[in-house]
Amino acid sequence: MIRVRGEKDLGIGAIYLALGLAGFIVARDYSFGTAGRMGPGYFPTVISSLLMCFGVVTTAKGMLRDGEPIGKINWKGLTLVTLSVCAFGFSLETAGLIAALTVLILISAAASERFRFEIRATIGLLALVIFCVAVFVEGLGLPMPILGDWFK
Amino acid sequence: MDIFANLWLGLSIAGTFYNLFYCLVGVFLGTAIGVLPGLGPVATIAMLLPITFGLPPESSLIMLAGIYYGAQYGGSTTAILVNLPGEPSSVVTALDGYQMARQGHAGRALSTAAIGSFIAGTISTILIAVFAPALAAVALQFGPAEYFSLIVLGLIASIVMASGQLLHALGMILVGLLLGMVGTDVNSAVPRYTFGMTSVADGLNFVVIAMGVFGLGEIIANLEDEADRSVMTKKVTGLMPTKEDWKRIVAPILRGTALGSLLGILPGGGAALASFGSYALEKKMSKHPEQFGKGAIEGVAGPESANNAGAQTSFIPMLTLGLPSNAVMALMIGAMIIQGIQPGPSVMTDQPELFWGLIASMWIGNLMLLVLNLPLIGLWVRMIAIPYHFLFPIIIVFCAIGVFSVNNNVFDVYAMAAFGVAGYIFRRLDAEPAPMLLAFILGPMMEEFLRRALLFSKGDLTVLVTRPVSAALLLVATILLALVLLPTIRRGRKIAFQEE
Repeated sequence: MIRVRGEKDLGIGAIYLALGLAGFIVARDYSFGTAGRMGPGYFPTVISSLLMCFGVVTTAKGMLRDGEPIGKINWKGLTLVTLSVCAFGFSLETAGLIAALTVLILISAAASERFRFEIRATIGLLALVIFCVAVFVEGLGLPMPILGDWFK
Repeated sequence: MDIFANLWLGLSIAGTFYNLFYCLVGVFLGTAIGVLPGLGPVATIAMLLPITFGLPPESSLIMLAGIYYGAQYGGSTTAILVNLPGEPSSVVTALDGYQMARQGHAGRALSTAAIGSFIAGTISTILIAVFAPALAAVALQFGPAEYFSLIVLGLIASIVMASGQLLHALGMILVGLLLGMVGTDVNSAVPRYTFGMTSVADGLNFVVIAMGVFGLGEIIANLEDEADRSVMTKKVTGLMPTKEDWKRIVAPILRGTALGSLLGILPGGGAALASFGSYALEKKMSKHPEQFGKGAIEGVAGPESANNAGAQTSFIPMLTLGLPSNAVMALMIGAMIIQGIQPGPSVMTDQPELFWGLIASMWIGNLMLLVLNLPLIGLWVRMIAIPYHFLFPIIIVFCAIGVFSVNNNVFDVYAMAAFGVAGYIFRRLDAEPAPMLLAFILGPMMEEFLRRALLFSKGDLTVLVTRPVSAALLLVATILLALVLLPTIRRGRKIAFQEE
């Protein structure tokens, strides 16, 4: 079996290769044109090809030369922060800003090792929600429902 | 000379109550985020961009610029008081500043940093006023080939500044360019990489990318390592430098200003490199190099002046050529485009109020920082003490609301989450995302200039090297690339960035 020697190089190389390949394949649908009359596919094709080259070189480097290991990935932080933002997006138009902010804050705060749901955190949460409603909706007039359809 | 007339015009714009207010808001917010580790000017400016849509162009740019140079001040405050540089550019300030603070001279260190920054800010404001018009006049002669080569140079220069691996940074530029292609092609009206989604028909929004990668991505990375921060809450006394201090700091401040101004103008240059360079220079010039690292006041004065001068002059390429030299300038360009202004050499002639108002506001902002910051030091110390687990949910809230408000579209919120994941992954793989953001902004311009250059030359690619200015720019880019690849410089660069 081939031993991976530089995990970081291999990882980013694979990403470059995948993005370059995807960019290249999709760009085949756009007309390439000529150098004098560049079509919509010209520049993307060139960029994607270069990216694939970098992907190959970086991947090769990861296989052949010693590099750094990726190390431990913060799955908890990654999942909860991403989830909290998606939950905000999902509930904003259905449940309204107050609910969306509460969901966002609670899920994201759980990403921290140090977060405890105690009195200080509750007051902070309430203050932040009130601040956002007052400033962004009442003050700046952003078109966000304070209470969504679910509550009507 | 009409420099004075121009500066006077600028002062009359920046000096209106309305603009003074936004300048104050900018420098205050900037200092605050500079003080808070884990929140940089890129994420903050991206967060605040949506709020500036409703402001007049002058006020919005004045505020955003204030955030940038205010952050340099704030970063040095934490560097001195807690040995925690809030910004990469204040890493070296921590070396001697923190030692001074430990010896009970925190006040003198802080005032030296503030005074050095102010002097540097004043001189570099004048430099901008003198050189920007000249550079803009040159830029007006540029054809598409020259612009294309200039963008290539800017992108190459940006990776010289990027920490992490060079090969990775080059790849990130290409990723950025590719992301810049998303949306409807201006020439053929063909939608590219949209996969049928109408939300990206006008291209990906750079606020989405900046907030995702620099806001969320950084938060996830910060959550890996929740170390305690111990704050030196001893009372800060003795704010004024002594007569002896003045003698020691004048020369370092002037040298730092000169070095910083020079490095700031270079594409890809900016505050961080300037402060590292100045520290090395002062150590070499000093009669007592052994004092450095043990509380030498020159080690605070030089780098602090240099980073502020560099931060200021990095506006020159942005204002005159329409080319961003770092991620913050890329956001400023985005802000101008949103305001309906096409950045480039014509801004100065078409909108002198905006141009000179912004420049004059930088000087006013520096004055505000000098006057405000020292009395407010108690507030900043208290801000440093805010635990990160209270801070980061607030940052996410502002990111989420901010990104939604750009187009009032939930799609942007999901896209930001996706770029947050990407930003974290890139960081973990040692691929600095700043060059990607630059390339994303410059990508469409680069394609358009290349298209026009090749249209004129009837498809002859040699036009890029037969036109002298274009050839010179490409040559500089090649030399720069060769230099970073040289082993000795590579080692030096590694040392410069190891503290980040």
